Amino acid sequence: MKSFIFAFKQAIPVFFPYLFIGIAFGVLMDEAGYSAGWSLLSGVFIYAGSMQIVMVSLLTAGASLGTIALMTFFVNARHIFYGIAFIEQFRKTGRKYPYMIVTLTDEVYSILCSIDYPDGVDVRQTDFYITLILHLVWILSCLTGALFGQLIPYDLAGIEFSATAFFITVCMNQWQSMDSHLPAIIGLISALSFYFILGPSQFILPALVVSVLVLIMMKSRSNNQKKNGSLDLEADLIERAEEISYEC
Amino acid sequence: MNADWINTLEALTVVALVTILTRSLPFWFFGGKKELPDTVSYLGAVLPAAIMIILVVFCLRNTGLTVYPFGLPELLSVAVVITVHRFRKNVFLSIIAGTGLYMVLTRTLFMIVS
Repeated sequence: MKSFIFAFKQAIPVFFPYLFIGIAFGVLMDEAGYSAGWSLLSGVFIYAGSMQIVMVSLLTAGASLGTIALMTFFVNARHIFYGIAFIEQFRKTGRKYPYMIVTLTDEVYSILCSIDYPDGVDVRQTDFYITLILHLVWILSCLTGALFGQLIPYDLAGIEFSATAFFITVCMNQWQSMDSHLPAIIGLISALSFYFILGPSQFILPALVVSVLVLIMMKSRSNNQKKNGSLDLEADLIERAEEISYEC
Repeated sequence: MNADWINTLEALTVVALVTILTRSLPFWFFGGKKELPDTVSYLGAVLPAAIMIILVVFCLRNTGLTVYPFGLPELLSVAVVITVHRFRKNVFLSIIAGTGLYMVLTRTLFMIVS
């Protein structure tokens, strides 16, 4: 129960962006002439905000399955990099392992990588509850948009900024808890460079790939310098590994 | 009508499967091993900080920097989130302050007349 309450509190900040994006998706589906059942199915089995919204235009344009597959891959390719941080942690979840993997959205990922588990809270249970709560909120939002979206009297435009705001707070929390700020700086520089070179729709993959490569290069350099004492990064890594094993 | 139904189901299935594929790739590659390769566990520790900041840029990617209002609502709202979070360290409050300001700015000062 303690784990559940803690999980719920961690999940709350993400309710806003989920409600907004989910409802927006449901409304779009409804306007495109797809019944609420399709929105429900999408919420349950796809569970990817921006991709679901892209999907509506693919559906209405009558895109081929090949195009849809390719488009989905490129819109969601950033997710390939998310699991790397949770392989050990998710492996211990037993039967929930596949569920934890397929529900690792941007928002769940950002909660899980900045979470600070207090004493007496079960790490695996908490991760699962956060995932489940948010999945349900997402499903409900998609359904609400499809069923009642047209009835909402307020103009909610701009509330999507809550996702950005949430990610910024995660960045700041990480900034304070990490000994080395280099990974964040590398991410920012590569994101901005590729944004200005390639433009808004193509920058994220190169930015992720280059960040990974630079971080790996830094590691091999630090290995060479190991004799001169370990670097901040490694100290931080060991500390985190110990933390995790202690909690489990 | 019947064909429509099948087309939609096919499209949804493809989107769902490819999304699952992207999320599960790292687990297919490294999940089966007893010991994670050094580089992978190292990346697991340092990559999130880089990814999160890339995600922030990703969220703001459609900000129009060359046309009025030149990204000012976004810039001011981001500044408010950072300031409020710096001093109060309350995620909830930071989100409300930033999002509230953003919604007000885009409706008043920086309203785009359409």
